[in-house]
Amino acid sequence: MQIDLAVKNVTKKFKDFIAVNNVSFEVPDGSFFSILGPSGCGKTTLLRMIAGLTEPTEGAIEIRGESMLGIAPNKRPVNLIFQHLALFPMMNVAENIAFGLRRRRENKTAIKTKVQKILERVDLAGFGQKKTDQLSGGQRQRVAIARCLVLEPTVLLLDEPLGALDLKLREQMKVELKKLQAKVGTTFVYITHDQSEALVMSDHVAVMNQGVYEQIDTPQNLYSNPKTPFVARFVGDNNSWCGRIRECQDDNAEIETDEGAVFRTKIRKPLPPGAAVDLFLRPEAMLIQPDASLSALNRFEVVVKDILFDGANSRLLAHPPNTDTELLIALPQNRQYDYIKKDDKIEIGWDAQSGVCFPHTHGKRKKSEKQEIA
Amino acid sequence: MKNQKRWVLWFFLSPVLLWLVLLIVLPQIDLLTMSFHVENDDGRMVWSFANYLTFFQEPIYWLTFVRTAVYSILVTFLTFIIALPIAFYITKVAAPKFQGFLMMLLLLPFWVSELVRVYGWMILLRESGVINHFLIKLGLLNKPVEMLYNDATMIMGLVYTSMLFMVIPIVSVLESLDNSLIEAAYDLGADMWSILVKIIIPHAIPGIVSGSIVVFMLTLGNYLTPNLMGGKNSLWFTEQIYNQFIASFNWNQGAAFGFLLLVLSSLVIWIGLKLTKQNLKKVVQ
Ligand SMILES: Nc1ncnc2c1ncn2[C@@H]1O[C@H](COP(=O)(O)OP(=O)(O)O)[C@@H](O)[C@H]1O
Ligand SMILES: [Mg+2]
Repeated sequence: MQIDLAVKNVTKKFKDFIAVNNVSFEVPDGSFFSILGPSGCGKTTLLRMIAGLTEPTEGAIEIRGESMLGIAPNKRPVNLIFQHLALFPMMNVAENIAFGLRRRRENKTAIKTKVQKILERVDLAGFGQKKTDQLSGGQRQRVAIARCLVLEPTVLLLDEPLGALDLKLREQMKVELKKLQAKVGTTFVYITHDQSEALVMSDHVAVMNQGVYEQIDTPQNLYSNPKTPFVARFVGDNNSWCGRIRECQDDNAEIETDEGAVFRTKIRKPLPPGAAVDLFLRPEAMLIQPDASLSALNRFEVVVKDILFDGANSRLLAHPPNTDTELLIALPQNRQYDYIKKDDKIEIGWDAQSGVCFPHTHGKRKKSEKQEIA
Repeated sequence: MKNQKRWVLWFFLSPVLLWLVLLIVLPQIDLLTMSFHVENDDGRMVWSFANYLTFFQEPIYWLTFVRTAVYSILVTFLTFIIALPIAFYITKVAAPKFQGFLMMLLLLPFWVSELVRVYGWMILLRESGVINHFLIKLGLLNKPVEMLYNDATMIMGLVYTSMLFMVIPIVSVLESLDNSLIEAAYDLGADMWSILVKIIIPHAIPGIVSGSIVVFMLTLGNYLTPNLMGGKNSLWFTEQIYNQFIASFNWNQGAAFGFLLLVLSSLVIWIGLKLTKQNLKKVVQ
């Protein structure tokens, strides 16, 4: 498999501030690669370095094995879709798309057919003579994509292109972008702060935090096997407990939470008894009123504080009696649990395999992080 | 109710209308009628085209006229060529905290009157002036040269005087130019020249046109700079008008010249707007 884009130990400093810190990754030919991270973590800076609009302070960027150091953006086989699209308002749709081809001095008829073809490809046939401000958000989006794709770049870079769209359209464009990428086969490097965009579309996702990479993996692995507490908190919803190890054997541990509950869970690395740990558990890993025959489950009681109805994504907001730890518990909408009311006491069970445990990191950040980026 | 509204409107409009009529329209009409009158043999004023005929029959008049027009266009163009990079530097390259300072530098010469500014140039450039003095001291010249009183110096002076009026409108349009458009063009394969021609100038055209109109009109109507820096051989049409009014005391001829200048500037601006596909309403905004 050919490597289209290789980023090697790239660092970018603005005076004393390190925006991107020693980042490395490789993107294979034809894949959809996402960089996921909260706002201000250096995603745009990284993308601009790949496009050549900023020079890295240290490190190398290679495209199809060729070093890109010192090569101007107009000479690189990559194109960037800007956060706010940057369509040229002084040109109509067809002129926007033809802009790059004209700069290559391709002949007029070839340009015309290429523009026609790409407009069809992005479902905008017949829109060539429209002004860019006559288009809807989704159409402008597709013009921006067409304007880059028509140049057949080795790598297409996308900087949060769906950020400005409303929710419904964003959901729709997510699927469309993924389909488009599969159809044209161009390598996409996509950056976003929206984990759902990254998970839905990507072959691989790199999770970035404060200029460094936390984990690069498939969406499934990021979700089920986070390697760092940050990934566990940032990708998908998670419940967390602080506690201490009571006993540890290989990758199985028994821990006691600060509230006094005892759970068995798997652990990434063995830790000595007494070590402080953070335990993470997905809302859907918690079973409501599990069958008594399932003996291997961790069991505990909670009081229902609220029912957060959201269709297929409905949750119970609950807390163990006499504590203020808030837990999110998935509430399947199969009518089986319709009897649960506010302030009910219910039993929760979870399998030791679905918990993830990390050595405790300073500061208890919990859900606040996710609210900041929203 | 409706009547009352109208009354209020007239009340507030009347000073403006008064100003327009008394200070602009009336004198102009007076000048216009004056320009179509000549004194006949009996010393009475009669209607005639003679003033305009004189203009076309005397080469010195229409040559000065054409020269003034061509030089004004040249000055406008040169001012634009110099102002565009300056405006670009101020808005897009300089650090934000220096922008105010740079604008200040541009404004500074305008704190003194045009007369003082022109004399400043004369002190620098004349035969016994500062520049000659230094060139001789440095051994680059062995006898002083006269740098004043030629067309090149005059044009330089006019460009210098006009610079601010071109830079400010261009700065204000460039401020509204999204940097990412420039970067997007660069990313799509454009070189600096195509970015300038395809992105920056099309975006800045309203500012360029309004700056050009102001600079053209100011240059065309300038009297001081051509008079003081241009010397004997570089007559400006305003000097001809001045001569008629003041030296020859021929107000009728002067009025005719004044109108010709007005027609010229309107015509050139109209052609300019047509060529750049702008309309006046958009440009003066
Ligand atoms: N030109 C610059 N000069 C100084 N700091 C910058 C510059 N560009 C970005 N930064 C800083 O770098 C950090 C990362 O920015 P950015 O890459 O835009 O983040 P993201 O796209 O992930 O939201 C931010 O804290 C930002 O303030
Ligand atoms: Mg960004």
